[in-house]
Amino acid sequence: MNFDESPEEAAYRAKVRAWIADNAPDMSGLTPTERRQWHDKHRDVARVWQVTKAAAGYACISWPPEWGGAGGTAIEEAIFGQEELRAGLQFNYFRTGLDMLLPALMEHNHDEASLARVPPAVRGDEIWCQLFSEPASGSDSAGVRCAAVRDGDTWVINGQKVWNSGAQIADYGMLVARTNPDLPKHKGLTVFWLDMKTPGVEVRPIRMMSGDNELNEVFLTDVRLPDSQRVGEEGGGWKVIITTLMNERASLGSGTGLGWRDIMALASETPSFDGPAIEDPAFREWLADLYVDAEAIRLLSFRTLTSLSKGATPGPEGSAGKLLWSNLAQNLTDKALDLLDHAGLMDDPDEATMNGAFQHRFLWAPGLRLGGGTDEIMKNIIAERVLGLPGDIRVDKNVPFREIPNGR
Amino acid sequence: MNFDYTDEQKALKDEARRFLAAVSPLAVVRASLENPAAGYDQALWQRIGEQGWCGAAIPEEFGGIGMGYVELCALAEELGRSLAPVPFASTVYQFAEALLLAGSSEHKAALLPQVAQGSLIGTLAVSEGPGVLTAERIATRFADGKLTGVKLPVTDGLAADQAIVLANSDQGPGLYLVDLTGEGIERAFVSTIDPTRGEARIAFANAPAQPLGLPGGGLALLSRIQDRAAILVAFEQLGGADRALEMARDYALERYAFGRPIGSYQAIKHKLADVFIRNEVARANAYYGAWALSTDAPELPLAAAAARVAGSNAYLLASRENIQTHGGIGFTWEADCHFFYRRARHLGLILGAPRDWKRRLADRLETRVALEGQQP
Repeated sequence: MNFDESPEEAAYRAKVRAWIADNAPDMSGLTPTERRQWHDKHRDVARVWQVTKAAAGYACISWPPEWGGAGGTAIEEAIFGQEELRAGLQFNYFRTGLDMLLPALMEHNHDEASLARVPPAVRGDEIWCQLFSEPASGSDSAGVRCAAVRDGDTWVINGQKVWNSGAQIADYGMLVARTNPDLPKHKGLTVFWLDMKTPGVEVRPIRMMSGDNELNEVFLTDVRLPDSQRVGEEGGGWKVIITTLMNERASLGSGTGLGWRDIMALASETPSFDGPAIEDPAFREWLADLYVDAEAIRLLSFRTLTSLSKGATPGPEGSAGKLLWSNLAQNLTDKALDLLDHAGLMDDPDEATMNGAFQHRFLWAPGLRLGGGTDEIMKNIIAERVLGLPGDIRVDKNVPFREIPNGR
Repeated sequence: MNFDYTDEQKALKDEARRFLAAVSPLAVVRASLENPAAGYDQALWQRIGEQGWCGAAIPEEFGGIGMGYVELCALAEELGRSLAPVPFASTVYQFAEALLLAGSSEHKAALLPQVAQGSLIGTLAVSEGPGVLTAERIATRFADGKLTGVKLPVTDGLAADQAIVLANSDQGPGLYLVDLTGEGIERAFVSTIDPTRGEARIAFANAPAQPLGLPGGGLALLSRIQDRAAILVAFEQLGGADRALEMARDYALERYAFGRPIGSYQAIKHKLADVFIRNEVARANAYYGAWALSTDAPELPLAAAAARVAGSNAYLLASRENIQTHGGIGFTWEADCHFFYRRARHLGLILGAPRDWKRRLADRLETRVALEGQQP
């Protein structure tokens, strides 16, 4: 047990902290609303920052240089990420592509034209989105109905995708489709990548309950893709999906956002019965419980780093981090509104405490418990893959996909 | 950076687990439960003493092995897992730590080698009946080298040879070393919800006592002792919580209802996943505490409070849901589930209840934020 950084790690941290301080984009000219994820102006800043990072070798630190990376370690990449957050630089636009999809592309596709898409993504010139979920395939992620039918050397895709983060701005996407409905559900899937400007691709933004536009529906009508854009074997899509989803959960498990420092600051300046709320014993007990969970999230990310540094793949126990983090976010915003009393309702950037950050997060938090694997799916993963409890009785396994009941 | 035991520490832990499985199976715990007046299992205590575990973190100059605190944490995790009915926590985490922190060189030279050999049982006597003991309410008095008052309950108070006692004096609260086999001591058995661990009522009537640490510095010293003990106890809590979860998991796999293992129902799976998450939170905070303890890091007080709160919460939940998963059989005397339920509360209440530690945690968090604010 050692939570000290090695001298090399400490030196690396000092180096990147200085570099970030010298090169960080100036966001002082943006309003609080413009500083939110998925706002056009925020995205413009994010692109500039990604270009700056890529030019200095900080874009994909742990990737090999031939892919535009710096050939560094996973620990260095994590340290850089921590320092970015410390500097208030958090941009989600490139994570889907760089953390989840492109590693899968590099692993499963060996076509030169396809792999040529990697360097521009590292530079921030091109954004990727994930086209996996469907109206009837959410938690049941193998329940894909979107169909791909072979026509010589091309595939013709028809179907609908949903909950696609960033599809409204994405240049490329990675898609899973059913190529054989006569096989059991997990066996007839194939993954492809596509240009979002391909004819037949239509993106319709979904307005979330927070009012933001991050998610989308994507309709695919007679979209024709060459076989060279297939990722992995025909019928081998499930394997590719699992790779990307595990990456997603590992990266979500160390999630960020408002934390114990923010609610302590809020409680220090918010009046309660006999002084500021921070002096209220009930609040202090609650704070202690919150801190213990927040510490666990921070410390469990070190476990992920420990296994990465030993060359091992983080296991399913990482699901605990995602569950803790998303629930903490919701509890924290609930408590903040409670402390503010009637004024907790206000999210008016000019009137509300911290420009309404807690209220905005309050309306975001339900989504955190759903995206990237719901609480319930995470608990199934822990129960089955960590504790070794049996899977549910399944009526959809080992039968042809087209015979599975669909409630319609 | 290493969020794990080293290979050597793992080997030590494995060896400890094998040893305890052989000498302290649950049958031994049950025997202790059926004989509460004994307070602990003497034969088992002797075997553990022979292993040298009591001196794991005591420096060699005082007769210990001087392995280090992470090693002691590894042993604590296994002791917690086995529910071994021995006065290890009182003697090693509290009494020995108090001497190491504040004992005179004579005290250390005289007593620590005996602790290390397992031939001396020590304890810390703090509580004076129901509720939180504030400085003003300490009724036990020290004056002219003598101690007078009643401590209730005192963990391992009947078994202990020596105690370190919290008492008021003209200079304020202090800690005092008392030979419990000497004059002016009256001890009585007190039954508790965990009969596998002994508690006693100790009345001091002009009992000879020697000050430990600076006059009037008793509460600050006590707090430091308790921080160190809290981290070590957090490992016992973690070991117990992990085993309670494993018991529940094993039962959920073998017990069938409505034609399938009950572990295939999400009502059970999600419940046990919740327990797993609390155990992970306890593990993460305990590991951080072990690091702080082994390096004497400035983060130790905050890490200790976090480890204590997380460990207490996790063990309580795991032991409760283990009974629930077992159903009716889990509620019987015959099943072993209640051992963990009892021990979870025992470990969660010695050193002060979680409520008390949440308060300490919040105080320390404010201190930390204030310190950070002063940094450039």
